[in-house]
Amino acid sequence: MLRIENVNTHYGQIQALHDISLEVKQGEIVTLIGANGAGKTTLMMTICGDPQATSGTIEFDGEVISGLDTPSVMRKGLAIVPEGRRVFSGMTVEENLFMGSYFRSKAEAQETVKHVLELFPRLEERFDQRAGTMSGGEQQMLAIGRAMMSKPRMILLDEPSLGLAPIIIQQIFDIIEKLRDEGVTIFLVEQNANQALRIADRGYVLENGRVVLEDTGDALLVNDDVRKAYLGG
Amino acid sequence: MSEFSLYLLQQLINGLTIGSTYALIAIGYTMVYGIIGMINFAHGEIYMIGSYVTFIVIAGLLGMGLVSLPIVLLIVLIVAVIVSSTYGWTVERVAYRPLRGSNRLIPLISAIGMSIFLQNYVGLSQGYRDAALPPQVVGGWTFGDPAVFEVTISYMQSIIWIATLLTMTALTLFISRSRMGRACRACSEDLGMTNLLGIDTNKIIALTFIVGAALAAVAGILLSLYYGVINPFVGFIAGLKAFTAAVLGGIGSIPGAMLGGLILGVTEAMTAAFFPAEYKDVVSFGLLVLILLFRPSGLLGKPEVEKV
Repeated sequence: MLRIENVNTHYGQIQALHDISLEVKQGEIVTLIGANGAGKTTLMMTICGDPQATSGTIEFDGEVISGLDTPSVMRKGLAIVPEGRRVFSGMTVEENLFMGSYFRSKAEAQETVKHVLELFPRLEERFDQRAGTMSGGEQQMLAIGRAMMSKPRMILLDEPSLGLAPIIIQQIFDIIEKLRDEGVTIFLVEQNANQALRIADRGYVLENGRVVLEDTGDALLVNDDVRKAYLGG
Repeated sequence: MSEFSLYLLQQLINGLTIGSTYALIAIGYTMVYGIIGMINFAHGEIYMIGSYVTFIVIAGLLGMGLVSLPIVLLIVLIVAVIVSSTYGWTVERVAYRPLRGSNRLIPLISAIGMSIFLQNYVGLSQGYRDAALPPQVVGGWTFGDPAVFEVTISYMQSIIWIATLLTMTALTLFISRSRMGRACRACSEDLGMTNLLGIDTNKIIALTFIVGAALAAVAGILLSLYYGVINPFVGFIAGLKAFTAAVLGGIGSIPGAMLGGLILGVTEAMTAAFFPAEYKDVVSFGLLVLILLFRPSGLLGKPEVEKV
């Protein structure tokens, strides 16, 4: 579904991604793990076209999306839950959600919002509340809900567990699995490698902007190098 | 009431009148700043163009023998808003969009260039000297003891208040309720995230220039009718005043721009009440310096948070 081939990305003179190739198939949960500064977020953002890849191709559903500007990429059936959530804090939960369905018709958006609120009853309770006044976990739910509003076939999640309490993290991971069961393909970036690999079908390990390892989630969980580097031995 | 308090009341009325128009222009600065973080220094010229369109359309309609004032004003409103918005859109297209992503100083300079260009373009086509129009709206209400001091609210002043109130209400509804207005707010909170939701933010940025220009056009109509005299450089000082109002209220905040405009207008009128009128500019720009020194985020603005 998503195919990345030989992608290089630069910030000015500095090369952040080196010759990345990876694939996410329809219906999979694929996770990308790696240390701080390995280039995980850069890879996510490169898929979204900001920054643009300096070379290589990115294909989504058989269509080349590298080279398109960000809004055009995001209207292809792809949505992102970015690092740090980035909800619109001065706007209400309702307004945030409907920003996610900006380019869809009102009727379609109404239908999707019902589904999102079923999945996150918490958001329904807080529907008219400003997003900035909510807890981190609630904001993360809102960010996921907002991404769902465009009815994407694939969702990119960048560190959804960052800064959240363990019980909330578990809820977030349950929801990610639920989304996959509904047919949404998931590409997940995590530092919380243990939990991410548990739910993932396959995983990639990123180091210094290069993919150094790829395997199934279960195999990576027991891999010695991975255990030493990312799972605390 | 004593003569003195009646005199102050009159100054307050005058100050609120001028302040309303400052507020209308200030919103254009604050909306653009809120979204792209830059000051549109050609905005005062959009106001000036609105004034010229007002004069030209009124002269034309009177020449054609149309004398019904409400119809004349309605036509002026429509034409001035359309023409000014077109210029506002063009400024964004020519002076800002090609430079997006470059150093912040560069669009600032191109906007100043745009401003000088527009002043001289209007000057060359309409003449650099003052253009005058006889008052279209005459009369007013007076109250107070004629022997002590008479307070006057002219019909023109009441038109300015009502027009400003209606425009502000329309803007507030647009920003808070409409789909595009919400997108404007989303852009001003996080432009990159708005892009990531598949929203074409270039369109939203262009829209803010257009909305700001439309409000400046309304101010141009009102002030040119109020003063009755314009020249190609009226946009410069009005723009600076409105910019001061926007900073005073907190740049990026729409209610702040409204409040800042009113405070600045009243401050000027009160200054003129006690000192020679030339000092009012000294006081308004002195105020600007003081705000920048002691409360750079303005009255209603949020302090800039350094993002980590």
